Amino acid sequence: MSNVEYRRAYAAQGGLLIVKGVEKVAFGDRVRIRDHRGRKRNGQVILAAEQEVLIQVFEGTDDLDLDNTWVRFLDQPLSLTVSPGLLGRVFNGIGEARDGRPPIVDGEARGISGSAINPAARNYPREFIQTGISTIDGLNSLVRGQKLPIFSASGLPHNRLAAQIVRQARLPGEASNFAIVFAAMGVSYTDARFFRESFSDSGVLGNVVMFINHADDPPVERLALPRVALTAAEYLAFDLDRHVLVVMTDMTHYAEALREVATAKGDVPARKGYPGYLYSDLAEIYERSGRIRNRHGSVTMVPVVSMPSDDITHPIPDLTGYITEGQIVLSRELNNQGVYPPVDIAPSLSRLMKDGIGKDDTRDDHPRVANQLYALYAKAQESRNLASIIGAEELSARDQRYLEFAKDFDAHFVGQGEDENRSIIETLNLAWQLLSRFPREALTRVSELDLAHYHRSGEKAA
Amino acid sequence: MSDARGGHIREINGPILRIHLPGGRNGEQVRIGGLDIVGEIIALEGDDAVVQAYESTEGLRPGEVIEGLGHPLTVELGPGLLQGIFDGVQRPLDEIAKQTGDNIPRGLRIDSLDRSREWPFVPRDGLEPGSRIGPGARLGSVQETETIEHHILVPPTVRGDLIDLVPAGRYRLDKTIAQVRNAKGDVHKLKLFHRWPVRVPRPYGQRDHGVEPLITGQRILDTFFPLLKGGKGAVPGPFGAGKTMVQQQVARWSNADIVIYVGCGERGNELVDVLESFPKLKDPHSGRGMMERTLLVANTSNMPVVAREASIYVGMTMAEYFRDQGYDVVMLADSTSRWAEALREVAGRLGHMPVEEGYPAYLGSRLAAVYERAGRVETLDGARGSVTLIGAVSPPGGDFSEPVTSHTKEIIGTFWALSKELADARHYPSVDWVDSFSQDVPVAAGWWAQQISGAWSKRRTEALSLLARDAELSRIVNLVGPEALSPAQRWELEGAALIKEAVLQQSALDDADSYCSPNKQFELLELVMQVFDRGKELIALGAPVQELAEHPVMARIRRAKSTWRSDEIDQLAEFAGEVYEALAGLQSEYASSQETAS
Repeated sequence: MSNVEYRRAYAAQGGLLIVKGVEKVAFGDRVRIRDHRGRKRNGQVILAAEQEVLIQVFEGTDDLDLDNTWVRFLDQPLSLTVSPGLLGRVFNGIGEARDGRPPIVDGEARGISGSAINPAARNYPREFIQTGISTIDGLNSLVRGQKLPIFSASGLPHNRLAAQIVRQARLPGEASNFAIVFAAMGVSYTDARFFRESFSDSGVLGNVVMFINHADDPPVERLALPRVALTAAEYLAFDLDRHVLVVMTDMTHYAEALREVATAKGDVPARKGYPGYLYSDLAEIYERSGRIRNRHGSVTMVPVVSMPSDDITHPIPDLTGYITEGQIVLSRELNNQGVYPPVDIAPSLSRLMKDGIGKDDTRDDHPRVANQLYALYAKAQESRNLASIIGAEELSARDQRYLEFAKDFDAHFVGQGEDENRSIIETLNLAWQLLSRFPREALTRVSELDLAHYHRSGEKAA
Repeated sequence: MSDARGGHIREINGPILRIHLPGGRNGEQVRIGGLDIVGEIIALEGDDAVVQAYESTEGLRPGEVIEGLGHPLTVELGPGLLQGIFDGVQRPLDEIAKQTGDNIPRGLRIDSLDRSREWPFVPRDGLEPGSRIGPGARLGSVQETETIEHHILVPPTVRGDLIDLVPAGRYRLDKTIAQVRNAKGDVHKLKLFHRWPVRVPRPYGQRDHGVEPLITGQRILDTFFPLLKGGKGAVPGPFGAGKTMVQQQVARWSNADIVIYVGCGERGNELVDVLESFPKLKDPHSGRGMMERTLLVANTSNMPVVAREASIYVGMTMAEYFRDQGYDVVMLADSTSRWAEALREVAGRLGHMPVEEGYPAYLGSRLAAVYERAGRVETLDGARGSVTLIGAVSPPGGDFSEPVTSHTKEIIGTFWALSKELADARHYPSVDWVDSFSQDVPVAAGWWAQQISGAWSKRRTEALSLLARDAELSRIVNLVGPEALSPAQRWELEGAALIKEAVLQQSALDDADSYCSPNKQFELLELVMQVFDRGKELIALGAPVQELAEHPVMARIRRAKSTWRSDEIDQLAEFAGEVYEALAGLQSEYASSQETAS
């Protein structure tokens, strides 16, 4: 059937094309479309009925006319040809080369939707990744196989942070051996160039596969892009035994494209016009990260999700937070104070931290130090609120101490240079410098042994 | 399978198919197309039917064949369930992993329970050929794990005279172990297992009321918002508030006989965490391995959405089966919101009119029907068993007024509301003492009074009212500053802080603190309340609040929970004695100085 071209387009709108009078087309089938100028477009069957099929056209339906549109069903699902030659290449959202080099032909075609990893075959992620960033390593540690998104907003330096993670991520004591899959959906040319330069400056370009859909590329293509990128990531991880770091930016553009198509299809909207299946759809993407028993490699994901109007309860960050294993939240307030990276630790969280840190992985006191810093920071927030009501001068000595702590914490612990790569031991020692300004009795979340080892009483930090 | 009939596919729209299948029945299972995937009929229109598929439909074509199987979705109930991990339609995931590798292929035909394994069956004493036996009667038992004796029951649909029963020995699941002739003369061949349709609640003798609390070893739950065995509880919370941690802690430490953990649309790694950590843990009540009493149902968020809807019923049916054997079962459903969303997704594709946030109008009644399957009952055999259902709820944006949370709230008796603010301050478990409630307190109070201390009820109330005072006073502080408070009021703030840090906060990761026995729970609460009461007297005598708050014993009180384990209750009591002595010393100091002053 893949040799037959149909000229029976019946309707075209919003990226969707209806073809009538074709029979026995497979659901999910890949479609090749030729328009009146002979240009080719790609599509996928998203509804197959006895006399009619609905096709999602990745390049969009602009400039199509119904009489001069030829449709061919390829009798295969959307796929990506995988081979070691993927590394160092640049592709578009459906896996076509966009770096001017020839397509990859000498590999195996893999369906992009993947199939669910059997939970019984998974390995629990527990190997600490040192990113060199104190707020992540010390307080929200990333482990191999985790999906830890950056929740950001317009104007915040999420791309710089993601690039810094890519540059610095390694297991403590090991040289970096991450392969990087970079998936960009609806990004500006400036942002895409920033990443490319950052990869090239740090000399990792040969270890990167890029999938790029620019802001002015067709939005429907964004629906396929993360799946294509993850097919590459899974291949690198589970066939080639590489540890893969997947950076996806910006998942909000992906979700918006999904809404666009859902609306055109007439799906029942749930919240803010997003379809009810947004959760399942995002989960299909994020759950492709992880570790598999008896396989050496791993897929670790750092997606960027921008929060529309800085609203963390917006459906996209909200549903993402329910799927991912924590989140790193950036704060406009810290950014305005000139703190880089502006990580707001209060809403940030890493769910897999507990098994990746401590005696055998980082240092024995690590979990309790993190806990103690959080507790003090929460108290300091109360003191800050109080100070804004009654004025800092009126605060008790105890509240004053919290305020001082929070100020130094933001400036020296949260804040660090874009090229500053702190080891986890440096991060923990920095934490103890801040903790040591409190009397031992005030530090109830660390153990007495920790205090004896690390607390420098008498030494008043400046 | 004699009822099997043929038909074909008309249309494929994601997981929803329209098929032509004359004589189909709602709920009937179907096999679809050359891929041989499984689905269920959910609506009928003449000779056509609507089917929801439990597996991905990619690659199916209109015209492919459909086979109607003539029976609804059923589960297999028998030895081999415990320690297992099943998917949303009860396929054994570990067996699938062995057979087919890392990913789950489609169209698999695989038995839920292992047919090749032999089980040691012991018939019940006194059962002779000719005995009349009815539904739910015990034929005998199989020691399935070291802790759990699996009772083999006559299926709920069988009644009659026992023709024969095998002697004690090792048998495979599909071996006939007994024959029963019913009144019509038909002979039922009974095996070690039977099947039951998941959407039909299993019958019982009669409903009974709850009599004792489920002890979870979590202070905020047991002491402040108890849940009875056979009760219905909900844990709502925004992401990151610690729902899964609360559920896992309950699965770990509660004094139920059987724990069924249904991961419904959640993370794969969380189930792996349970799979890897439970075998290493000991049940504090029986001293045996934790996994021996546990079974998992896993429909992770990337598995097909329709099987997610089924997974809750699959878990519940297995829970009822163990209840019918006279066990106390806890079923944890994480998360009912994902279940409701699966319902919404299917409703949307069927074009059902959405009411609130896209959910269909029958959301409330479906939720209620699931929760109503929990309860404590007298079984058909006259034993007592219970199913306690604890559902996690994931409200969008943490908004408790959304449909799933608000409908759930109307049905359940115990509400453990998790708070983002507490979680952000790393106050775990982040159960909010203002929004949470429990209707089970009166019954629980009876148990605590009898088993632990007559002062439980009083101390619990005092602690809660001190926490309420704290909220009130904090509002004043936030308006006018702490200077406006009297020393007595400032002491109330300190007392509340002590309750929060020494009692309410509990670390799941700390060996000594993760499980807290009822005795230790009360001992800690009593210690803190005593300190508060004595401090109040001291302040009345003129002791400065600051001096008391910064007294060295306070830091030790805050650490007491992780200093002594539940089995070191004597040392804890000894420490309490030291604290009271120190405070008594202060008291006599201030009393005498006051005398001198006057």
